[in-house]
Amino acid sequence: MRQTTSRHLLKNPLWLIAPAALMVGIFFLYPLCFSLYSAITLDDGSVTLSHLNKAFALYSNDIFFTIIIVLISVAILAVLSITIAALITLSPFRSLTKTLAFLYRLPLFIPFIVTAQMMRTFLAKNGLMNNAFVASGLLTPMDTVSFLGWSGIIITFVWKQLAFSTLLISGAMAALDDSQIRAARNLGASRLRILFQIILPQIIPTLGVAMVLSIVTMMSVLSVPLMIGTGSPTMMTADMAFRINSYGDYHVANALGLVSYCICAGLAWFYLRQNLKEKGAN
Amino acid sequence: MIYPQHKALLDKFNIRSLRFSFWLQCVFILLLALALFGPIMNLLIWTVTESWYFPHALPSQWGFKYWQQVFNPYSDVSGSLFTSLLIAVLTVVVCMIVSIPAGYALSKRSMPLRIFWMLLFLIPQAFPNLTVYMNIARLFYEFGLNGTLPGVIIVHSVHGLMFSIWISVAAFSSTDPMLERASRNLGAGPFYTFFHIVLPQAAPGLIASCIFVFLESLDEFTGTFFVGSPNISTLPLLLYTASMEGNYQIASITALILLVPSILFMVIIHKFMKPEMLSKLGK
Repeated sequence: MRQTTSRHLLKNPLWLIAPAALMVGIFFLYPLCFSLYSAITLDDGSVTLSHLNKAFALYSNDIFFTIIIVLISVAILAVLSITIAALITLSPFRSLTKTLAFLYRLPLFIPFIVTAQMMRTFLAKNGLMNNAFVASGLLTPMDTVSFLGWSGIIITFVWKQLAFSTLLISGAMAALDDSQIRAARNLGASRLRILFQIILPQIIPTLGVAMVLSIVTMMSVLSVPLMIGTGSPTMMTADMAFRINSYGDYHVANALGLVSYCICAGLAWFYLRQNLKEKGAN
Repeated sequence: MIYPQHKALLDKFNIRSLRFSFWLQCVFILLLALALFGPIMNLLIWTVTESWYFPHALPSQWGFKYWQQVFNPYSDVSGSLFTSLLIAVLTVVVCMIVSIPAGYALSKRSMPLRIFWMLLFLIPQAFPNLTVYMNIARLFYEFGLNGTLPGVIIVHSVHGLMFSIWISVAAFSSTDPMLERASRNLGAGPFYTFFHIVLPQAAPGLIASCIFVFLESLDEFTGTFFVGSPNISTLPLLLYTASMEGNYQIASITALILLVPSILFMVIIHKFMKPEMLSKLGK
């Protein structure tokens, strides 16, 4: 019945989708394909690997550095967001979990560029963080170091992405069947054991999605490496912007882009394979 | 068989471990709060700083000198604020025009290739988009769209499309199909039914998607950096330039202006958006 009515209302639903699909096609898929094409061809259209070679020769350090930064950030993110979400789900102290639930969402809508500016001042040699350490007597003014650089990039990414990944993971934990946890409690399982043996195995898919989305975000944010990552080595995104703004060299920039797609695809593939393996084991 | 004194001992142990874990959790929350509020505090301090040099723990001179500079009607900031708001509003309009019909069509389960279309609109969020932006900039250069408002609005709209379409699909899915059918059976035309029966039911979700698109557009940096500069200066670009020039006061005040809508909308959305709801998105 319902099917006939909806068909009646929408004689040809494709027309309704066409404008949106065209927009994505022209302004996203076409440039995406063009970037792949540009990365592996010369100006006259013949296939070449010279741009990729050049990208590796000039920026292999930065490529390696990018992968390390992304992996460390994702590892810290996973641990922290699972800890927070688990505390919210399992902690017996209601007032504490309410505070925590409010706290972790704070950076959710703070833009990356604002986060970068905050961290640029906070983590600097004369930033509030070092000043607080000095004031509390942990450091002397001469011992302070600036965290602007690779560690600053990691801190900024984790600070900003924590809200998003915790929101996804605590959502998945809240959607779990409550009776399982209660049954395990009644049988005498400790909270830690419930987390590792009952909750975690069920939320692994959500964790994977949150981490893959975070990786893609980290690989496409330009403002953080530009504002926090001073000096070399730096992240690939900064190199691409530099290549274009200083040399107008689209080929090498696109070759770097191709490498960044491959890194994302590789990590996503790793996640999918783990997922399939687990399904196969069951 | 547990003897009474054993039981008392066990309880004592339990209470002690419970108290320990309470304090442990308190310390964790305190550290998290420090880590979250520290950078925000630093930003706030910089907005009311007039001079702050290395060995001083706090600014040596406080004042609102830079606020006057920023809110002076001839400053760059007021111009950029206006440009940013104009772009954000127009982006919301473009996204809504495109995604209301698409969201309505995709909310019907009978839609052919529904999953394919949903995934198509997910793609702009699933690839690192920096490379795409630089190639769009190159493309726009040929058509004279680089450094113009329409160019920037197009880039922002494509970026926001994923939010607007996915959220409006969810909004239209939650409408009652029986009301729609009743309206049709009583002789109302399809357009009358859509605008008077379906759209009002989906309105709250659509407003939420407007908020998301508005915020995304207001905070967008990378796309504007490639497509808009140097002619179009939005608040994020201004913040970046000021910060790179070492003008931290102007950068911090601009950042604070960008924070206002973000926090405002977070308070509004906080009421609607529960983690449980998020796990149902896209189903």
